[in-house]
Amino acid sequence: MAVVFKKTQGLTDAQTHYCPGCTHGIIHRITAEVLEELGVLGETIGVAPVGCAVLAYNYFNCDMHEAAHGRAPAVATGVKRIFPDKVVFTYQGDGDLASIGAAEIVHAAARGEKITTIFVNNAIYGMTGGQMAPTTLPGQKATTAPYGRDVDHCGYPIRVSEMLSTLTGAAFVERVSVNTPANVRKAKAAIKKAFQTQLEGKGFSIVEVLSTCPTNWGLHPLDSLKWLEENMMPYYPLGNFRDPAKEGEVK
Amino acid sequence: MAKILMKGNEAVAKAAIEAGCRYFFGYPITPQNEIPEYMSKELPKIGGVYLQAESEVSAINMIYGGAGTGARVMTSSSSPGIALKQEGITYIAGAELPCVIVNMMRGGPGLGGIQPSQADYFMSTRGGGNGDYRTPVFAPASIQEAVDMTMEAFDVADYYRTPVMVVADGMIGQMMEPVEFKAPKKRELPAKDWATTGTKGERKPNIINSLFLDPQELEDHNFKLAEKYAKIEANEVQYEMYKTEDAELVFVAYGTTSRIVKNVVEELRAEGVKAGLIRPKTIWPFPFKAFDEIPAVKNLLTVEMSMGQMLEDVQMASNGRWPVSFYGRVGGMIPTPQGIKGKALEVIGGAK
Repeated sequence: MAVVFKKTQGLTDAQTHYCPGCTHGIIHRITAEVLEELGVLGETIGVAPVGCAVLAYNYFNCDMHEAAHGRAPAVATGVKRIFPDKVVFTYQGDGDLASIGAAEIVHAAARGEKITTIFVNNAIYGMTGGQMAPTTLPGQKATTAPYGRDVDHCGYPIRVSEMLSTLTGAAFVERVSVNTPANVRKAKAAIKKAFQTQLEGKGFSIVEVLSTCPTNWGLHPLDSLKWLEENMMPYYPLGNFRDPAKEGEVK
Repeated sequence: MAKILMKGNEAVAKAAIEAGCRYFFGYPITPQNEIPEYMSKELPKIGGVYLQAESEVSAINMIYGGAGTGARVMTSSSSPGIALKQEGITYIAGAELPCVIVNMMRGGPGLGGIQPSQADYFMSTRGGGNGDYRTPVFAPASIQEAVDMTMEAFDVADYYRTPVMVVADGMIGQMMEPVEFKAPKKRELPAKDWATTGTKGERKPNIINSLFLDPQELEDHNFKLAEKYAKIEANEVQYEMYKTEDAELVFVAYGTTSRIVKNVVEELRAEGVKAGLIRPKTIWPFPFKAFDEIPAVKNLLTVEMSMGQMLEDVQMASNGRWPVSFYGRVGGMIPTPQGIKGKALEVIGGAK
């Protein structure tokens, strides 16, 4: 019988702890598939964040290093500078990367650190129970913004991809989403390009993945996908911001 | 090898390289800048990497990642910077990784000043960050000792899989003395089969981690760490006994302060006062047993460039057996022999 589908070797057999309907699972899977397809699993060191993906070190089937909150890019830098020929990636949420770890991600990008970051943006702190994130949308409710995010009080959400794409060292920057099968395929293609950017030594690479949090958004998983499309995508437009293959084209 | 004249900070950096350290992650702060400067000049010549991080927090987390690969890695800083590094140090201790951290202490609290100090004794010897952990802490009193201890620190770190600190007052970093570089006593070091080197598809993934969500697992982990620290306390304590055999007044001092105290011991002895000195060379583990080797003691006098931090360990060591007095200068004010002697005479009742 022909094998039409097989679970990727890039993930272990551990059962994940993610909530039903959460898109972390899809993002794990396509990242793992890319590592397997590139044939680099045995040469990869992943760095897990603090947040919903804190236990990612149990799920990716490669050497893993669990970082302190926000410091994954610094930990990954330490690994990559010692093993320049290995593949090093971080997997981080929006609280981890865009709030407490803002300095680490900006400077890793500025240095052109040859690592790849998978940045999962679901506009909320998931693990701690739904507090306001640096990416929480204006008016969006969170447990620490019970009346909705008031931009006069706590400012505006950060567009990480746009910000990082201003840095010369950030060679590959793309924002994708996993809300439809077509977008999942595009997300996987972007993640593959990001790792290829690293393999070719061209600089820092990041893929921002718009993701859902049905539990803390208080929405059915299907309604969450719709909410993402209707609310997140207008503020966080999908698209490529930097690609070494396109450098040299009209700016 | 002939002795060469070197500044303390540069000697510490060279000692690290001699010990096989090829990767240094740091951030500028006075008075330790000659360490990263030396590393930035020398490491690229020998295939190593010096990298200036965007902050002390980032530097120590680069060390965390680097230590995870099994390589010998080092960072250095001074007091406020070491305070920032505590986040990474507790993760490194929790994940049981080896590394060396140098602290050329300056005055505090807060931004404090840039002159020599010993006010980080608590931060160094009590763990420093969150959770139940300790770090072995070497406290050199000369440039030669700073060199020897830095080299030994890498072995201690690898042997016990723990971050190790070399803690000196800024004077040790800034002054020059002749030094030689000789390898420490050889230890059988365990293989680093836990390191994140890539599985090559030949083994299960290695995971560097300090998270144990199951309370029983976390308690077991803490028990295991405590066993390690007990072993370090039993095997790694170092101290010097200076003229203590017949000493009735026993000073306790470490680092630069101990050198000033030695002069005071001589002066007092010339005047007929039987004085001596216990000099901790490791401040954790603290040489409690040294206090069982002072048969004639009547008074203990702790001298520090702090408001009295090691004092608490000396009180514990005395355990009510003898009165414990304290003399300290702070903020970069160096204790003078006259000041220390005046306090000594007061303690033994000879002040006029």
